[in-house]
Amino acid sequence: MRVVGIETEYGIVDPDEPRANPILLSSRLVAACRGWAGRTARWDYGGEDPLQDQRGFRRSRLGATPDLLTDAPEFDEAAGHVTLRRRRGSWEDPAHLNAVLPNGARFYVDHAHPEYSGPEVTNALDAVIWDRAGDAIALAAAARYAADEDSRVELYKNNVDGKGASYGTHENFLVDRATPFDDLARRLTSHLVTRQVFAGAGRVGLGQFGEAPGFQMSQRADYIEAEVGLETTLRRPIVNTRDEPHATRDRYRRLHVILGDANLFDVATYLKIGTTSLVLTAIEAEDERLDTLELAAPVEAVQAVSRDLGLRARLPLVSGEDATALQIQRALLEICRTYARDAGDAAVIARWEAVLERLSTDVFSAAREVEWVAKLQLMGRMRARHASTTLPDGLPWDDARLAAMDVQWSRLGDGLAQRLAVAGAVERLASDAEVARAVSGAPQDTRARLRGGIVAARPELVDAAGWSTVVLDRETDHGHLEVVHLDEPLAAAHPLLDALIDG
Amino acid sequence: MAQLNAQGQPYEDDAPEPDAPVAAAQASTDAIDDLLAEIDGSLQVNAEQFVRSFVQKGGE
Repeated sequence: MRVVGIETEYGIVDPDEPRANPILLSSRLVAACRGWAGRTARWDYGGEDPLQDQRGFRRSRLGATPDLLTDAPEFDEAAGHVTLRRRRGSWEDPAHLNAVLPNGARFYVDHAHPEYSGPEVTNALDAVIWDRAGDAIALAAAARYAADEDSRVELYKNNVDGKGASYGTHENFLVDRATPFDDLARRLTSHLVTRQVFAGAGRVGLGQFGEAPGFQMSQRADYIEAEVGLETTLRRPIVNTRDEPHATRDRYRRLHVILGDANLFDVATYLKIGTTSLVLTAIEAEDERLDTLELAAPVEAVQAVSRDLGLRARLPLVSGEDATALQIQRALLEICRTYARDAGDAAVIARWEAVLERLSTDVFSAAREVEWVAKLQLMGRMRARHASTTLPDGLPWDDARLAAMDVQWSRLGDGLAQRLAVAGAVERLASDAEVARAVSGAPQDTRARLRGGIVAARPELVDAAGWSTVVLDRETDHGHLEVVHLDEPLAAAHPLLDALIDG
Repeated sequence: MAQLNAQGQPYEDDAPEPDAPVAAAQASTDAIDDLLAEIDGSLQVNAEQFVRSFVQKGGE
């Protein structure tokens, strides 16, 4: 069990007005999402006012009184960690750019994109379910937008526009703070580089601007330019160093993975999260077998793997040997067998092994599970439809029809990936009913249960909510906002919030 | 850069011609054929314009 979450930035277009301002479209979409959801909360930016936070203090019991403001009572486990915060005078409310939803997610404007940050979950299957819930929520918001405005938006779950821009799908993994960051980065890199073989979404065009014709496994590979770093928008690193745990800092790190693709295939999302989580467990256990897989040139390897559709390129290792991406993945699989702790982990291992086997025997036998393979297969058939004596290979890779298909692949609602799924050509791990429940309800085994639960049950009491806070605005005699601290992501119960949720 | 044949299989200069993983016949072949015909019909007209108008800003 490991706390994980996925953030998706969607591409956004007004098909009738392609030059429309994307920031405006995105903020209107978030407003539409708030209207659709009915019950939402603002985002807690409280941490951005250190004076207010310094004035807060731990409260010892539920019925705090004003005299406690100058006091410093002992923290009371039974009451949970609650501090007081001064009410704002008037503040520029960025709430219209944010919605905290009853399923514990955040839907908001990030730069020039709508973003869904899924709630914290504890396993790969739940990650799939709440990721697809995000797609459903974004679609519902777009439908509301079309009803409210005299225009419409289309949303795309991809990562590139083919003209140089890239936007992210980020994964977050809670890891043990005791693991030194250098070890974490060094030992995780070969997995992040080679997992593309099952996690890539496929892309038409090579280079950041798609300047060379061709097809590659990954949307993001050409935008990864460093091994380790803090940036997410330029010189993007394989391992991001942002240290913002949104949890108890001395216990946890939040590993922020930015090189992955947005996935529309359940198995791709499932393996992306499930295998990375298991490799992290091996790293936390200081398994030195991982060191034999260290890549000599990881940044170059990201692109080499992405372009290696035959899955036979040999990557140089620090040891002086070399290995293919599939060989590295098989070695990681063997190491991770040791760390499968429950049925969920065992299912990840079994799927991981099966997909690697299919990829190594006949790539196209993985087309129901691996997104880039399905995309390549569909494109191959489209190319072949146009084969002639002058074009024996069919459409060339720089034909606009293939570039258009690549974009249309990822359109929410009626995209080509969705059409393939409807035709029965994509394996689903989660049912539509499970996804529908995750649209309106939060995971029950993390603090997302409290965040989503209070937004669903008592939105009128919630001033704002964040990953590790719920700010209550209640009629109390001390006259302050109450900041409920949720620093332990696995703590799915809280005395004060549960009392309010249960009414 | 590796070239691809119609099945999407790369030809590699420095490796023997790989066994072509022919796109296996799928149970849903008819549905996929219909989908391809539909895509072809719509893209014949507006593919270039569609691609040109899909412009995003960088994110993250």
